[in-house]
Amino acid sequence: MSQFMQWIDARFPATKVWNEHLAQYYAPKNFNFWYFFGSLAMLVLVNQILTGIWLTMNYTPTGEGAYASVEFIMRDVEWGWLLRYMHGVGASAFFVVVYLHMFRGLIYGSFRKPRELVWIFGMIIFVILMAEGFMGYLLPWGNMSYWGAQVIINLFSAIPEYGDDIAVWIRGDFIISGATLNRFFALHVVALPMALLLMVFLHIVALHQVGSNNPDGIDIKKNKDENGIPLDGIPFHPYYTVKDIVGVGVFLFIFCWIIFFNPEMGGYFFEPPNFTPADPLKTPAHIAPVWYFTPYYSILKAVPNQGGGVIAMAGSLVIMFFLPWLDRSPVLSIRYKSPIFKVAITLFVVCFFILGYLGMKAPTEMRAIVARVCTIYYFAFFLLMPWWSQWGTTKPVPERVTH
Amino acid sequence: MSNDGVDLEKRRFLTLATAGVGAVGAGFIAVPFIKSWNPSEKAKAGGAPVEFNLDKVEVGQMVKVKWRGKPVFVVRRDDNTVEALSDHDAELKDAQSTNEAQQPSYVDKVTRSIRPDIAVIVGICTHLGCVPQHKKETEVSWGGGFFCPCHGSRFDLSGRVFNGSPASKNLEIPPYHYLADNEIIIGEDQGEA
Repeated sequence: MSQFMQWIDARFPATKVWNEHLAQYYAPKNFNFWYFFGSLAMLVLVNQILTGIWLTMNYTPTGEGAYASVEFIMRDVEWGWLLRYMHGVGASAFFVVVYLHMFRGLIYGSFRKPRELVWIFGMIIFVILMAEGFMGYLLPWGNMSYWGAQVIINLFSAIPEYGDDIAVWIRGDFIISGATLNRFFALHVVALPMALLLMVFLHIVALHQVGSNNPDGIDIKKNKDENGIPLDGIPFHPYYTVKDIVGVGVFLFIFCWIIFFNPEMGGYFFEPPNFTPADPLKTPAHIAPVWYFTPYYSILKAVPNQGGGVIAMAGSLVIMFFLPWLDRSPVLSIRYKSPIFKVAITLFVVCFFILGYLGMKAPTEMRAIVARVCTIYYFAFFLLMPWWSQWGTTKPVPERVTH
Repeated sequence: MSNDGVDLEKRRFLTLATAGVGAVGAGFIAVPFIKSWNPSEKAKAGGAPVEFNLDKVEVGQMVKVKWRGKPVFVVRRDDNTVEALSDHDAELKDAQSTNEAQQPSYVDKVTRSIRPDIAVIVGICTHLGCVPQHKKETEVSWGGGFFCPCHGSRFDLSGRVFNGSPASKNLEIPPYHYLADNEIIIGEDQGEA
């Protein structure tokens, strides 16, 4: 065996990579619950790719055949229903774990120097994921697929002068048609997954260059033993691989319960209007995107002007890229930040949930006002962060991690 | 080899020139990839004009005609409805149809039609492209017209947008003309043949 590995290692850095990224990659020993979601996101990614490849084996990406082929998968393909539910529920699960993963970064300051690129690569992953979700949602060719895509592509028509031409160019037709479906299929199954895998690779390379943050937000490389190993670090493998398996176990319990007992999740994971085929002449009575887009959709609707709404929605994503330079607090972790941070972030989460809720509901006068207040807070949270993050008194940061 | 005689200036020029030529080449090869996203000949052929017989539309009724895959609303309006079109200018964003992209030049600015009684309107909301619902005068308090279920835009019976709607443009009037008294062709301008 060792001779075999020597032969390999002389030609390919197998042992070197294994050690650098797993067996001798020293992660802080105080990781808690919040550190499960990175590895869970990887698990869901594998689930999406695997079930996705299998779904393409029976799916027909044409305006005439798409809806029927999805029904065929659900009814006639052996285990087809399970593969589809794993993929559809997996999409929602992806956003659940990614939102929690991002929230972890937010509260422990994992985006701060020197992890700016880790955060930016992560944000790019998030944007690609949104594109994946949006394009994948068109593929079943249900009526909600159709009109959801119609509304979102029409956002581009807000661009002055060239807007309508750009919308036609994206659709490949004057309305959403088989041409649109086919190109979305190509992007959803080939282009975006490749981009996603590349960005996940870069995300991890950047992380391993600087090392993981931790719930105390302190640098474990400051205290090393005589071998240069951080005193508060433990090898990722076997310690965190084993810990992550526990997370995987719990996650799979919940994931399987949803797949087997409640795959539509009361219309949140699979929306009822999507069980009727796409009809270019009839819009569903109430249009709402899937839950993971609703906060941004709310921001879009909150601005009483089409162009302004589009800018606000795009801005709500763009602004997050700048987070590493907006937070000016002397400490990283919520544990040592001033109470002002705790209040601000709690309000942010509340606003995010309210926006998410309002995005699913039909617009009324009152709801529009609430959505505007939340939208203003959303932007104020980020734009005023350089100031408010310096207010209040922080607690002293310990020299070594606590656990 | 010694580096003594290296002309850095020349080397920089050659590097930039190579990169520049390469960029031009990349620009050229990008064209087919970008252009292939335009509507195909088949999609353009799908935009052929459609003929429609007006006998199918009763007074007050709306019929949807499919043109370029889009719904086109054909509404027959009685005299009262046509008269009522000019009594709510103050509630409209663009009562005189000043945005020329939204209708052909040969339609009236108020009735937004060739013949006052027949309205021909593209049934795609100018906000984000949903299909508005036809509401008769008796059904709603705001005089009837078109209501978009997606974001609540309202349009009157000649497709002009009401104040307070997220849409900012009037509904589009397609190019059309009369082949006979009760026969229109949608997708072809008047005078074109």
